Amino acid sequence: MPTMSYIDAIRTAMMEEMDRDENVFVLGEDVGVKGGVFTTTKGLYEQFGEERALDTPLSESAIVGAAIGAAMYGMRPIAEMQYSDFMFPATNQIISEAAKIRYRSNNDWNCPVVIRAPIGGGVFGGLYHSQCPESVFFGTPGLKIVAPYRPYDAKGLLKAAIRDEDPVLYFENKKSYRLVSGEVPDEDYIVEIGKANVLREGDDITVIGYSLPLRFIEQAAEELAEEGISTHILDLRTIQPLDKEAILEAVRRTGKVLIVHEDNKTGGVGAEVAAIIAEELLFELDAPIMRLCGPDVPAMPINPPGEKFFLLNTEKVKAAMKQLAEF
Amino acid sequence: MSLLSSTSQQAKHQQLGLGDEKLVAMYSHMLTARMFDERLMLMQRAGKINFHVSGIGQEVAQVAAAYALDRDNDYFLPYYRDYGFVLSVGMTLRELFLSAFAKAEDPNSGGRQMPGHFGSKRLRIVTGSSPVTTQVPHAVGFALAAKMKKKNFVSFATFGEGSSNQGDFHEGSNFAAVHKLPVILMCENNQYAISVPVHKQVAGKISDRALGYGMHGERVDGNDALEVYRVVKEARDRAINGEGPTLIEAMMYRLSPHSTSDNDLAYRTKEEVDHHRALDGLPRFRMYIEELGLWNEELERELREEIKKQLDEASNYADKAPFPTPESVLDHVYADTRKEEKH
Repeated sequence: MPTMSYIDAIRTAMMEEMDRDENVFVLGEDVGVKGGVFTTTKGLYEQFGEERALDTPLSESAIVGAAIGAAMYGMRPIAEMQYSDFMFPATNQIISEAAKIRYRSNNDWNCPVVIRAPIGGGVFGGLYHSQCPESVFFGTPGLKIVAPYRPYDAKGLLKAAIRDEDPVLYFENKKSYRLVSGEVPDEDYIVEIGKANVLREGDDITVIGYSLPLRFIEQAAEELAEEGISTHILDLRTIQPLDKEAILEAVRRTGKVLIVHEDNKTGGVGAEVAAIIAEELLFELDAPIMRLCGPDVPAMPINPPGEKFFLLNTEKVKAAMKQLAEF
Repeated sequence: MSLLSSTSQQAKHQQLGLGDEKLVAMYSHMLTARMFDERLMLMQRAGKINFHVSGIGQEVAQVAAAYALDRDNDYFLPYYRDYGFVLSVGMTLRELFLSAFAKAEDPNSGGRQMPGHFGSKRLRIVTGSSPVTTQVPHAVGFALAAKMKKKNFVSFATFGEGSSNQGDFHEGSNFAAVHKLPVILMCENNQYAISVPVHKQVAGKISDRALGYGMHGERVDGNDALEVYRVVKEARDRAINGEGPTLIEAMMYRLSPHSTSDNDLAYRTKEEVDHHRALDGLPRFRMYIEELGLWNEELERELREEIKKQLDEASNYADKAPFPTPESVLDHVYADTRKEEKH
């Protein structure tokens, strides 16, 4: 199976879907001639023309709102938010409109839009090029939210999102674009939205996460294996709707669970995962539920010591995992 | 705003391509919308329904605009006072009453949304919400699809003058103009955003904003049906010819309070309202078709009887229709919601 970077997997998914269905198109800032500020849409303009790799005015609410209108007509738009930090002007369109169109029209209209947004820090982006906004949208029924870690899932989930009949927020990790690579098959496939995936089987502790922090967790698990600690890792892949069965099964396996994400701790996805576990499995736990997340500060700073302090890494994750194992 | 003189205006409606039958049909829709609105105000006061938001004083422009569009192909994004508009593009009184009573059979939302939140895929009326002006970017998206798929339809969105201050109005207008999209934006300037008068909403003319976006802008007397018809029709022709969007500011006056929850005399005088009632476009349009010999007292009486009968029938039907089941609250969050649980 060929190896591919995370960003190539995303780009390939868009190319293949645009080739498969002429209703699929990308719109956003700099997505056309330039091919995106990260080169995510590079080549789409040349292959599919300027209408289907549409450079828009700098205006996020109109990008999402126009995508919603086109989707209601029957198109399959992919609206790109240049950074998820700049997505907030479009929040009303996402929460009041996209999420509620099927429901408020009693299933008459629907809105098959995909909104892609790069999340995460570690690129010296400061407060406004580093955020993880998942928790702002999490808990809004009507939205599906995916946040892939492996290139395989990045491609398969984006294809699934484009083909989905409902709005999907696709959070791609910008630090992962070139850092993470992995096997991606040539043939057409999708990864079903709503299904988590076991990345590693183990018996002592369970770690649940999504997006880039899973890389640190995998590395830490490798190191801890040498110390005799066996780790079970669950990649949520989809954060809304959560794969409840997979979460419960993964926790049952070891009785000890650590939940990890870069978004800050309070009100984050991990809080809901912890609540599900507490509701269903409290008496099967051998240790209190642990969370390791970004600190509850507005966003990470640009200065290197501050950014490092904010971010997760293999050492921090490993220390938490070890603490849980030793409980 | 002189009264219509029959000789010059006869030529005008013929120049516009409006036949006699169309004029009478337009008047019939205007009067239906007016009488429906008055009935709902009464029903709210009588405790039969919880809430009504009125469009009295705005029907003439709404109906005229609808008749200037392609009612078989265009996409419509009306706002919550547009009873005259949705009636003109095919929504029935029964459907409007089902919405007012929040009944299961309501095609707009299945009894989920407040009345006035229109939606019907069958009629290409795009589902709307309460946060104002979010429909402008949606209209732009429909027009973008028209351009991409090379289809001969336009999208038409309405909103109030207060709403024209929302970011979505500006972002949508700019997007539409940059990409020369077939969109018609019609501001129904009724002088009030709930209690706040137009001079506290905008310092200039809304139609002048079009200049800044690089699109055609035009102000029109919303009480003059033929002028509204002309302006919308010309906007549609430009849109179909690839000349891009148009911003229309139709001047009118909200004769009713904002909604049944509003006491408008707390912020405006009866004299002011009466002054504008005298300018109402509905009797003015009636006078016009009377001068043409198309209308008279007898026909008026018959039409009012007929509308009253239709209102009674539709209202009775909707009153007796069942509410949605309580559990239906859980339906249609996603395409596949509750399918498994149902079987």
